[in-house]
Amino acid sequence: MSAGHHHDDDLAVRVEALEALLVEKGLVDSGVVDEIIRHYEQDVGPMNGARVVARAWVDPAYKARLLADGTAAVAELGYAGREGAHVRVVENEPGVHNVVVCSLCSCYPWSLLGLPPGWYKSPAYRSRVVHEPRAVLAEVGLDLPASVEIRVWDSSAEVRYLVLPERPRDTDGLSEAELARLVSRDAMIGVAQAGNPDAQRG
Amino acid sequence: MNGIHDMGGLHGFGRVEVETNEPVFHERWEARVFGIVQSLGGANIDAGRHSIERLDPVTYLRNGYYGRWLAALERTLRDVGILSDEELRARKRRRRRAGKAVRPPTTPASAWKPSPGIDYARRVERPALFRDGQTVRTRNHQPPGHTRLPAYARCRRGTILHRHAAMVYPDDHAHGRGENPQYLYTVRFDGRELWGDAAEPGTVVLLDLFEPYLEPA
Repeated sequence: MSAGHHHDDDLAVRVEALEALLVEKGLVDSGVVDEIIRHYEQDVGPMNGARVVARAWVDPAYKARLLADGTAAVAELGYAGREGAHVRVVENEPGVHNVVVCSLCSCYPWSLLGLPPGWYKSPAYRSRVVHEPRAVLAEVGLDLPASVEIRVWDSSAEVRYLVLPERPRDTDGLSEAELARLVSRDAMIGVAQAGNPDAQRG
Repeated sequence: MNGIHDMGGLHGFGRVEVETNEPVFHERWEARVFGIVQSLGGANIDAGRHSIERLDPVTYLRNGYYGRWLAALERTLRDVGILSDEELRARKRRRRRAGKAVRPPTTPASAWKPSPGIDYARRVERPALFRDGQTVRTRNHQPPGHTRLPAYARCRRGTILHRHAAMVYPDDHAHGRGENPQYLYTVRFDGRELWGDAAEPGTVVLLDLFEPYLEPA
C-alpha cells in the first residue's frame, strides 16, 4: 500500500481552513509553519546519521562512546532535538543484524534521520516486522542467512534507535566524508546494509 | 487502549512497498499539518499520541499518517473549545466559494528555532525493582487509556537487557495525572515466546517497558 499518498482536494481545503482559523485566533503564525517545514525538508535528514556512522567507523574511541551513551555521542556532533533527546545506537556485527520499528505509532530518530519514509509508517511494516522480520527484510531486498540473529527494536518509549551498520569491505582508503556517502537512511533503520548502491533510495 | 494503532502482529496489511526518491512530504497539506502541530508545541507527547489512538479505526487508517494527525488535531481543538465544527464548516465553504486558497497574513520574520528536544528522564529516589539479566513477565495490562505496552507483548517472559533512567510514565502523563516517573527497561523477548509456532527462527524483539508493566517471572 502506498502510505501517505492522498491527492484529495478536500483534505487540502480542510487544512487551509484550519490554518486560517488558527492564524486568526493568534495561535499559529504561517511564517513559523513555513520555517518548520523548511527545516525538516532541508536541515535534518539521513546525512546527520551518516556522519555519526562514518565517524564511528574511523574513530574507535568515538564508536565506544556512541555505543555506551548515544545521546551524548551524537550531541558531540551537534545532533539533538525533537525525537532525539534519548538516543541508543545498536551495532550490526557478524551474526547479528538490528532493525528498528515503532509498532504503536511511528517513533523515529528525527534529529539523525529526518522524518520517516512512508513505508516505515505503513501498517504493513509496523504490523509485520516485529513478527516476521526475515520475510520483511527479504521483501525490501535484504536477504540474511538463517544463521544471522535478527534483533527488532520496537521503539515503545522515548528512546530512539539508530543502527550502526557494518563498514563495507575494501573501504580502507576512503575519507570520513566518502564513507558517510555509503551510509543510507535504510541502513541506519536496518532494512539495508551500508555500501550497497541499491540501498541509496532516500 | 486496545486500538487499531497497536499493530504489532496484525495480519492482512500486505507487502511493505518502498517508494524510491520519496519526498519528505507528498502533499502540501501534509507539510502544513506537520508544521501547524509542531508550532503549537505539543509539549505533552503522550496526550498527543493518545489523541491519535482514540480516532475510530476507519479514520485512523483512511488518510495515512498526516491524515491521522489532522483528524486528531481537529478533535483536540474541538474538545478544548478552541474551534467548533461550525466554524470549520463555514470556513471551508468560504474557501470553496473563493475557488483558490487565500493565504492568511504572516509575520515577516520567523521567530522559530528548532526545539532542543524534550528530556523525559527524571530522578527517582526508590531503588529499581529489576536488574540486568533478570527474567521478568509482562503483566496483563490493558487499560482503557494510553499505554506503551503493545498487546503482542502482554503476559510474556523476557529478560532485562538494560535499565534506563526513570522516565515520565505515559500511562499517567497522557491523562493529566502528572509525570509519575517510572524506571524504564529494555526487555528482550525470544520470537517463539511472542509468536509461538509462527515465529521465524533466530529472531528477537526488544521493547522499552516501564516498571509497572513488569513483574518477576
